[in-house]
Amino acid sequence: MSDDLMVPEPVRVLSRQQELETTWTLELEAGQASRGPCLPGQFNMLYVFGVGEVPISVSGDTVQSETLVHTVRAVGPVSRKLAALKPMEIVGLRGPFGVGWPMTQSEGSDLLIVAGGLGLAPLRSAVYHVLRNREKYGRIILLYGTRSPNDILYSPQLEEWNQRPDFEVHITVDHADSDWQGMIGVVPALVPTLGFDPEDTVAMVCGPEIMMRFTVNALRDAGVEDEAIFLSMERNMKCALGHCGHCQFGATFVCKDGPVLPFDRVRGLLSLKEF
Amino acid sequence: MDNVDDASVITREGLQCLLDALSGRGYMVVGPTVRDHTIVYEQLTRTDELPTGWTDEQDGGHYRLKRRPDDALFGYAVGPHSWKRFLHPPRVSLWQATRDGDELRFVPARDDPPRYAFFGVRACELAAIGIQDRVLMGDDYIDPHYRSRREQAFLVALNCSVAGGTCFCDSMGTGPDVKHGYDLVLTELLDDNSHLFLIRSGSAEGAEILAELPRTPATATHQAAATAIVEKTRSQMGRSMPQTAIPALLMDNLEHPRWADVADRCLSCANCTMVCPTCFCSTVEDTSDLEGHTAERSRRWDSCFTSDFSYIHGGSVRNSTQSRYRQWMTHKLATWVDQFGTSGCVGCGRCITWCPVGIDITEEVRAIHDDVSSGAKE
Repeated sequence: MSDDLMVPEPVRVLSRQQELETTWTLELEAGQASRGPCLPGQFNMLYVFGVGEVPISVSGDTVQSETLVHTVRAVGPVSRKLAALKPMEIVGLRGPFGVGWPMTQSEGSDLLIVAGGLGLAPLRSAVYHVLRNREKYGRIILLYGTRSPNDILYSPQLEEWNQRPDFEVHITVDHADSDWQGMIGVVPALVPTLGFDPEDTVAMVCGPEIMMRFTVNALRDAGVEDEAIFLSMERNMKCALGHCGHCQFGATFVCKDGPVLPFDRVRGLLSLKEF
Repeated sequence: MDNVDDASVITREGLQCLLDALSGRGYMVVGPTVRDHTIVYEQLTRTDELPTGWTDEQDGGHYRLKRRPDDALFGYAVGPHSWKRFLHPPRVSLWQATRDGDELRFVPARDDPPRYAFFGVRACELAAIGIQDRVLMGDDYIDPHYRSRREQAFLVALNCSVAGGTCFCDSMGTGPDVKHGYDLVLTELLDDNSHLFLIRSGSAEGAEILAELPRTPATATHQAAATAIVEKTRSQMGRSMPQTAIPALLMDNLEHPRWADVADRCLSCANCTMVCPTCFCSTVEDTSDLEGHTAERSRRWDSCFTSDFSYIHGGSVRNSTQSRYRQWMTHKLATWVDQFGTSGCVGCGRCITWCPVGIDITEEVRAIHDDVSSGAKE
């Protein structure tokens, strides 16, 4: 393998599963050259031949080290091609990169996992970890908001998790027709209704930036400490090594210091327009 | 090597011997020369390729070469080029991918850079190289392209004998005197009767090469003359950075009205980032053949002033010029310190000179500083 971490390794697509209208989950070979097993919340750079490369978080069970699972929404030139890849086709893989969710640090605490839209994908790897190590964590609440009932990602799994006595799932949608029996409204508005213990809760949040901003406000209002709130940030990335400069958010290189960042590190910046 | 004082004096012929000695050791010597009415860095083999008898007049958005009344070889400040273009080149090929049936192979690009000898590296530029060392090889992730160039490079530094109209290294603590990080350091000693160069080594290889040159030991008079030259340069700085805690000043004033004011003038053209010797941002570009068999990825300089720079699905994070200028300046002067333990600015003045509308980073800091401190007094 090249010592140049900019050079990808070819890996095969093992399976492809449609999740939503424009969202697919790919299972890839883990690759030989990858820099060790993925941790929940980390990401890989995935390259489609002749098209380009994008950062995608791991969405699978990271204990399954022989495969990599990524959930991709087809929104841009690269992600559209990625999402359309068929089994046995090849992608370029670099990674894993970045700092993931504070799984070890939050042992012994209650967890409030808050996802918006596709933000559930990077958090699913954290949920897998928690379920494998259920005894190490206190109460677990998953709060998930998405646009409409048709946009609920991993719907069967959410139901399965909700069946467990030791796992709470709350789902809310922005809008729905009369068939929808569940909640309607935005995620931050639900935070005060959950009745969790703010002093013993670690919050892990991933979703659109505006959703994270309001969720953080709601969490702080509920009494969660800034140091106990973790966000997975998204920025443009070209290298994932802290060299290309694109992902900077204040003093943070989202690629190597994040993507998961404790809120106290970005306090004051999250609410700034165009920062 | 710090305490071996081999301070010597060489003539202009001796300087040619130095160029020859470096070439003889396999270095590609790069130094200042005049091209297109500017002083740029190109390959040199002879001292008469240096900008002999030229100086430069620099101000915000202004650069003109002028004749000097003498034959000084180094009687000017820095031009639009910096050594960044050799150590962190504007374009580097990264790899080639070949698709054959359902196989895909990645082959790293061959990268055999020359061994560079940089001739006439100013104190501010040594500081800039030190900063890029931290950015590109100071962490777990090391840029192999930078490292292969940097580790082989031989640095002939130069104490500045003139300060340009946009220079402010003194107020950034980076110059005008060269302190460390060089193989050899020169000071040009020019008067009506003689044209000499005080030379001193800063590394084993530098000492070895110096020993090969025709030279005489430097006298106390030579040393005093060199010190006087640097002190005179220090007194001639065309600009100065306000002496205040700049990171806190900027980060506490991220919504100061001055950002809108500078955005009205800024063209978001990226010139400042291209000429800056520490700006390191890059992007990648893919090309592929028409048949779809091979694709190639290269890396090229990029700038936080472009709209693509911060693009994520749905649009750019920083659409306005105001947000881009704020990003550039707060990174350069504030968050850079958090990231790398040093300011990203060395006071070379290039961003002021080469800004088409003459935006002055020292003036922008001063405006916020003065406004905040006058507000505090009220």
